[in-house]
Amino acid sequence: MTVTTGPTNRDAMLEKLTALDAEHAKAVAGGGEKYVERHRRRGKLTARERIELLLDEGSAFLELSPLAGWGSDFAVGASVVTGLGVVSGVECMVIANDPTVRGGASNPWTLKKVQRAAQIARENRLPTVNLVESGGADLPTQKEIFIPGGGMFRGLTRASAAKTPTVALVFGNSTAGGAYVPGMSDYVVMVKEGAKVFLGGPPLVKMATGEESDDESLGGAEMHARTSGLADYLAVDEHDAIRIGRRVVARLHHRKPHPDSSAVAPRGTDAVSRTNRGWAEPDADPEDLLDLVPADLKEPFDPREVIARICDGAGPGNEVAFDEFKPLYGPSLVTGWARLHGRQIGILANAQGVLFSEESQKAAQFIQLANQIDVPLLFLHNTTGYMVGAEYEQGGIIKHGAMMINAVSNSTVPHLSIMMGASYGAGNYGMCGRAYDPRFLFTWPSAKSAVMGPAQLAGVLSIVARQAAEAKGQPYDEDGDAQMRAFIEQSVEEQSLPFFLSGMVYDDGVIDPRDTRTVLGICLSVIENAPIEGTDRFGVFRM
Amino acid sequence: MIQTLLVANRAEIASRVFATCRRLGISTVAVHSDADARLPYVVEADVAVRLPGDSPSDTYLRADLLVAAAEAAGADAVHPGYGFLSENADFARAVIAAGLTWVGPTPESIEQMGDKVSAKKLMADAGVPVLTDLDPAAVTEADLPVLVKAAAGGGGRGMRIVRTLDRLADEVRAASDEAASAFGDGTVFVETYVEHGRHVEVQVVGTSVHGERDCSVQRRHQKIVEETPAPRLRDEVRTALHEAARAAAEAVAYRGAGTVEFLYDPDTERFWFLEMNTRLQVEHPVTELVHSIDLVALQIGEAEHSWTMGASTTEGHAVEVRLYAEDPQREWQPQSGVLTAFEVPDLPGLRVDAGYAAGSTVSTHYDAMLAKVVAHAPTRDAAIRLLVSALTNARIHGVTTNRDLLLRVLRSEAFRAGDVSTDFLDRHGMLAAAEVDLDVSAFAAAVALAETQAAARPVQRGVPTAWRNVVSAPQTSRFTHRDDDVEVGWYGGRDGYVSADGTMRAVNASQTEVVVERDGVRHRCEVAVSEQAVDVDSAAGHVALRRTPRFVDPADQVASGSLLAPMPGSVVSIAVEPGAEVAAGAVVLVLEAMKMQHTVSAPHAGTVTEIPVSVGAQVAAGDVLAVVQQEEA
Repeated sequence: MTVTTGPTNRDAMLEKLTALDAEHAKAVAGGGEKYVERHRRRGKLTARERIELLLDEGSAFLELSPLAGWGSDFAVGASVVTGLGVVSGVECMVIANDPTVRGGASNPWTLKKVQRAAQIARENRLPTVNLVESGGADLPTQKEIFIPGGGMFRGLTRASAAKTPTVALVFGNSTAGGAYVPGMSDYVVMVKEGAKVFLGGPPLVKMATGEESDDESLGGAEMHARTSGLADYLAVDEHDAIRIGRRVVARLHHRKPHPDSSAVAPRGTDAVSRTNRGWAEPDADPEDLLDLVPADLKEPFDPREVIARICDGAGPGNEVAFDEFKPLYGPSLVTGWARLHGRQIGILANAQGVLFSEESQKAAQFIQLANQIDVPLLFLHNTTGYMVGAEYEQGGIIKHGAMMINAVSNSTVPHLSIMMGASYGAGNYGMCGRAYDPRFLFTWPSAKSAVMGPAQLAGVLSIVARQAAEAKGQPYDEDGDAQMRAFIEQSVEEQSLPFFLSGMVYDDGVIDPRDTRTVLGICLSVIENAPIEGTDRFGVFRM
Repeated sequence: MIQTLLVANRAEIASRVFATCRRLGISTVAVHSDADARLPYVVEADVAVRLPGDSPSDTYLRADLLVAAAEAAGADAVHPGYGFLSENADFARAVIAAGLTWVGPTPESIEQMGDKVSAKKLMADAGVPVLTDLDPAAVTEADLPVLVKAAAGGGGRGMRIVRTLDRLADEVRAASDEAASAFGDGTVFVETYVEHGRHVEVQVVGTSVHGERDCSVQRRHQKIVEETPAPRLRDEVRTALHEAARAAAEAVAYRGAGTVEFLYDPDTERFWFLEMNTRLQVEHPVTELVHSIDLVALQIGEAEHSWTMGASTTEGHAVEVRLYAEDPQREWQPQSGVLTAFEVPDLPGLRVDAGYAAGSTVSTHYDAMLAKVVAHAPTRDAAIRLLVSALTNARIHGVTTNRDLLLRVLRSEAFRAGDVSTDFLDRHGMLAAAEVDLDVSAFAAAVALAETQAAARPVQRGVPTAWRNVVSAPQTSRFTHRDDDVEVGWYGGRDGYVSADGTMRAVNASQTEVVVERDGVRHRCEVAVSEQAVDVDSAAGHVALRRTPRFVDPADQVASGSLLAPMPGSVVSIAVEPGAEVAAGAVVLVLEAMKMQHTVSAPHAGTVTEIPVSVGAQVAAGDVLAVVQQEEA
């Protein structure tokens, strides 16, 4: 390999990973020791314990948006756990309220996170399993939840109509609006003496009609299983509910439209070894990914070194690990074909940060090629945006950039984005940033994303202000300018960092670069639950 | 000349006799009960005849059915093996009356030696030393300890050591009951019990002697380790033993293969005649190996009157162990189940006479011996080492065996020194449960199980096992080892398998082999994962783990306070009725398995709420026999 950077890159990355672990630990801690302890004393399992039991033994779990709500007034993780897991051999979207965080109440970030999970389930045609125990909406922020939150229930029934079944395992409170989660689900399991599902509790009923009632008669599991019929199954305890849930999923008759291309016949002599199932592990050690990204993003790095560490290595059936397309044209963007867990993907990766006209046209062509042959695309971000300057404007950088954005917008093969380093300006759009709906978008701790670099942004503001002052003939406040620039630079810097962006649910999570191959492998497998068909209709390309 | 021979027996001894038949050009006929229909000896026989039913009294003890089977299969000779009807003179007569050749001694010899009381008298008259009989009524404190023995039968059944006078009457009664149940003859006698005595026996064919065997290491009066020549025996004593055996055989003008058993007191170097077995012994292979003879061929030759005995040479030392499907830690309870693996390494000098193969089902209807493993080497030490190697590297899964106990015996200094006696196991503390370090084996089991599950996963192949981007808790794999729950916590993911406490990691992982590193030491474990169990074989020995189901359907849950059958058997009697109040330890019912009665008692005081079985019912291990609801404290 030709990595020239020293151990300092690794140190910087390891420091960021330690910080990431600490933030994840906050999400795992939920409501904190005291509330977790109280929850356990009630004989209940935590959200993550429920998920661990629900999943097939030894299968993977890709948790989504674990940092949702980071930097907000609400707990990291947004009082809900969402993720992709394998239940009874079926890839499912799993959504579990965390009742140790303010009773599992939904806040605006909960809503965003759950909506993102629902989008993933919809786009990839996954069954959804809801592990329900929530005290409803966080009332002080109801204005941000109530009106848009209604879409959650609509989403459930539309998922059902789209033949992606929904299963609700109700462990505790699921009242008022929350009652519509089981209400709109295809299968409902309630835990005896645990589930409480009603529109209005005893005090509300008393106020509304004067009727004296109790929790059990209004919404107990036994009542719903035997009388109202809202519960399809009565579970004797939480373990039993999960057991029943697993049996429900086992009988969903779920079929993937594509034969699992990762499950090809074993290759070679050792039929048992799992590392030899039709593909080779990467040609280079993924561990080196920690050395690769320069601490200073101004320094470019070769994305081929990343590709060699996340894609299948060369071997029978995959004689060349990475077949680069158009290697001599537009060299600032690397394009080409590779395989990951045996599945073919097309890759677009920034090599020198800046996108010129050539790179844009190359990208537009390559995206069309992937659509022609129904192959998913992987975008590896490290771009400072499209080139500016008279020469480039005159050379048509806007229309060429527009071609790339047109192609990426109208492409219908699944897109995966990894923010490795910089993702600035329209480069973020052209490389399939969040607004361009990649099926999945994950971020390395080294990434930064904003309209432009913090220093540039502060500098631009400073120039504009200076010009305005000059136009008015006023003297320019140099001290104020310096303060303003420092402040802007600092806040933009903070807002372009991964935790902040992940907190806004602008990605699906921040990952350890060494896990990139695994994350992408899971995503590609999940993607195969929906048909993969490229388009032949793009917008009008401005030539 | 015998053309077609029926073996009126089962399992390893049938296979053993068939092996000689094949060399002699004799066609083979097997008989089998329903439970034995798929055992190897049935498969390898040229002709097999079904004996309907399972219990010995319906099958291998039915002389009429056996003679009819011989006729139906066109056999012209019958070999009785050992046990069952091998020492039944009436059966021998029935075989002869049907015009078939009886491969064994004359019915008269069988009868003379069959009754141990009269045999003793006969031997005493012939000048063979015998222990004098004691009148149970006249036994005094000075006579203690004494041994109560059944006149008929053998194999340790109906034998009781009595050390205090007040127990004598009870033990005589119990021995008599057991003898009556096992042999149909409740006659018992009482003789002096020699402490630390040895069991030494002499092989005869006709009246010629083929060395002795030491069979002192026994459990419940049943031999488990046998060898020839007997260790720590002066030549004078050895010669005297041989001479006594010859005198015994001459006294009854013995023909065919037989064994004269002696009790030997190593302190006084005296010996006494115990009994003569008028059949092939279980432990005959050690003699065959050292003397280079085929005792079955000699039996057949003798039956054909074509036999002339040449001089046999002796070479080296042979040691045999009996591998039983039984649990030494649970009062030798016979075990049943499917032998999911059964392999003994094929080493030079090693002989394995097995009645079962991988995939065979072991039932508790019959003797629980799976195989005899016999090592022959130039010296006693070398033979022991060979046997240790074979047993250590054997793969026996699915059924608990006495292998570890046998290994403990073979590895002990006492056994190495030849310091054997019939109370060897007690005297040398062989029965104390060995401390097993389960950590490495259980971790290896969890890893192999996870690999197996991963291979069966229809999606996400290639994704590391139990990978998490946000780790909340270790994975847990649950097993039971004997009666204990074993929980293994581990992490999967990018760096492979690591134990939850970080002390162990798998440096190599597959469904069948896991290499575990702990404290810088790598342990190679062979692992076999099956539906119900995970078996781990390593240098630390074999560890059998039962898989604990992750979820139990409440409908299948066993009510608390349920009494489960400890082994397969039949219900002999039920002491209580539903609704009865019982005290802790009160007898609830009695189960019989392998002719031994097992009392099932209440684990706690309470009310009997359910008895789902009835007298005579056949139950499988783990079946609910009764439910005793505990009283609220």
